[in-house]
Amino acid sequence: MSLFPHRHLLGIEPLLPAEIETILDTAQSMREILDRPIKKVPTLRGKTVINLFYEPSTRTRSSFEVAERVLSADSLSIATATSSASKGETLLDTAWNLEAMKPDMIIIRHASSGAPHFLARHCRPAIVNAGDGAHEHPTQALLDALTLRQKKGRIAGLRVAIVGDLLHSRVARSNLWLLTKLGVDVILCAPPTLVPPGIEALAPVTHRIDEACEGADAVMMLRVQRERMTGGYFPSSREYHLRFGLTEARVRRARRDVVILHPGPMNRGVEISTEVADGPYSVILDQVTNGVAIRMAVLYLLLGGHSEVGA
Amino acid sequence: MSGTLLITGGRVVDPAQGLDAHLDVLIEGGKVTRLGERLRARHAERLEAKGHIVCPGFIDVHVHLREPGQEDKETIATGTRAAAAGGFTAVCAMPNTEPVNDQAGITRAILDKAASAGVVRVYPIGAITKASQGEELAEFGDLKDAGCVAVSDDGRPVANARVMRRALEYALAFDLAVIDHCEEPALSEGASMNEGPVATWLGLRGAPAAGEAIIVERDVLLAELVGGRLHIAHVSAAASADAVRRGKQRGVRVTAEVTPHHLFLTDELVRERAYDSFTKMNPPLRGEADRRAVLEALREGVIDCIATDHAPHAADDKKVEYDQAAFGVVGLETAVPLCLDRLLRPGIVTLSQLVSIFSARPARLFDLPGGTLAPGAPGDVTVLDLESRYTVDPDRFETKGRNTPFGGLVLKGRAVATVVGGQLVFRA
Repeated sequence: MSLFPHRHLLGIEPLLPAEIETILDTAQSMREILDRPIKKVPTLRGKTVINLFYEPSTRTRSSFEVAERVLSADSLSIATATSSASKGETLLDTAWNLEAMKPDMIIIRHASSGAPHFLARHCRPAIVNAGDGAHEHPTQALLDALTLRQKKGRIAGLRVAIVGDLLHSRVARSNLWLLTKLGVDVILCAPPTLVPPGIEALAPVTHRIDEACEGADAVMMLRVQRERMTGGYFPSSREYHLRFGLTEARVRRARRDVVILHPGPMNRGVEISTEVADGPYSVILDQVTNGVAIRMAVLYLLLGGHSEVGA
Repeated sequence: MSGTLLITGGRVVDPAQGLDAHLDVLIEGGKVTRLGERLRARHAERLEAKGHIVCPGFIDVHVHLREPGQEDKETIATGTRAAAAGGFTAVCAMPNTEPVNDQAGITRAILDKAASAGVVRVYPIGAITKASQGEELAEFGDLKDAGCVAVSDDGRPVANARVMRRALEYALAFDLAVIDHCEEPALSEGASMNEGPVATWLGLRGAPAAGEAIIVERDVLLAELVGGRLHIAHVSAAASADAVRRGKQRGVRVTAEVTPHHLFLTDELVRERAYDSFTKMNPPLRGEADRRAVLEALREGVIDCIATDHAPHAADDKKVEYDQAAFGVVGLETAVPLCLDRLLRPGIVTLSQLVSIFSARPARLFDLPGGTLAPGAPGDVTVLDLESRYTVDPDRFETKGRNTPFGGLVLKGRAVATVVGGQLVFRA
């Protein structure tokens, strides 16, 4: 039986806990390659990967690109700021054209939830979801979990607060699935206007960040997009920061060895104060390195590299 | 539509005259002339209906025929063929064509086309406001004279309460019902499904059921205020049904319809089908509590009838990202099999109730001819076979639309013959 019996990575929700552990274990062994003087293994030589990004992304796209290069896959990136609807060519036509170039995998970032599922239904290559609308961002949750595991030595039994714009966040959803599947005690925190209905089925929700931070092993901050203010979800970034932002005082309510995660890019002074962002408990840069390792693991597991990882 | 036809040996179920008996039905000159045992008629064509149920022709009060202007989605010819194949002898055509049916000339064009290319009766519905922009009233008097049976801005709500009030008032002069697609736009902006846990997990923007019910409540109060005649299209929410129930209890002139998809499906299907755009329509599939509530409201008679909201789309309109996909599903060819299989067979409604829901009640909503087989009524007949199996195969649909969430289902019961004005327009 294959280590990872899925053709695509569309989200965390469909994965079994053991499958998540497999990705994390694989990424942990991939992580070591990144510290070598020669950061290149032939594992995916001859495999073609297309990075199809319909939304601006620096971190995620470059992370996938680095992972592809380290594993010797041939890759190209297509970045288009506009969605298919406004651009003339449909997503399906684009995908069929790319498919005709015989790639083994398409990695897609798209503003429409379910766009990766749509591709998976209509084309042959393996599809990896690099973030779809407000649905999922599975590799982000995986890299967060890997970071937690490295810092805490375990995942099950941790107390983790997820704080911020739960309504619009794909990172929140992927993390919520992943952490609850792996036995984490999750608490969610957001102003009531940014809590999607039914989310409390997976984890309790509080509107008080002090309560969320209390005794936390880790706090995952979510980006609050400034345009949400115009949507009337909260009155001002000032009030948001005062009531829901992560500050030094609030960090002190957490465990002494708390770690702070943020998927980036940060809005300093809104969801997170600069002191916290730059503080000793911040693992934001570890997340970035682990991001490459996770993406290497996902590429490897889905493209079924035949050589040994260390070869 | 003036055929002579003798339908023999069937069980005639005509709730409008309290009839359930094995009788022959004679149609002459396009109208029912006699009901009786072992009728004889020289020169009449015969339709053998032994073992089948003979009903007044079924009427679908909510259909999008798309013509004029969107003939890539449907035409009057294909839409009415689909109606006939689904057991409907008449359809009410929603006005959101291109151009919108907001003038007598367009109504007449639709009726002319229906006369030449249609196979079932077409009753146009006129727009409430010019171009359905929700601002200035359309010319109800002209529309009615040209053949419109009601008015609606379907697809869009009448967002402005003052405009809705005036429409309900002004329509009184012509005894027209005003049909509203109830949706508070501010609460459903950008939505592509029901707001709730499923939308949360799928990361799709949701429209809350409350956004429908708020407008239903408003409309019922306005109808009460002015004594207007109100019909609520495609009720999907428990709170909407409740508003209609309370309105009826107070004597408000309000009626309502529900679609088969809202009776039989929930928003869970969007997740099960992994963003399949054939699960996308407006109003959206709701949660289980809403589904049960609208079903119960239908059973009680609070919701008067079943209408399909048949909304055919070209493949390209649906083969896109979920949030970009067009709203709507086809329904003409699946409604009757679904309701026979899932309402009648489990005993949720009786046969007499079901026939009434599809014939007498929709006829009454807009004072349409038909709804009964009493002598003098139009010779419109739907013949049902309760035992026949029907497999939903979109590739064999008469409609141009393939956008059904029911594809592949095997259902028990279907219409096996459809007669319009004494002429057999469909035979299974």
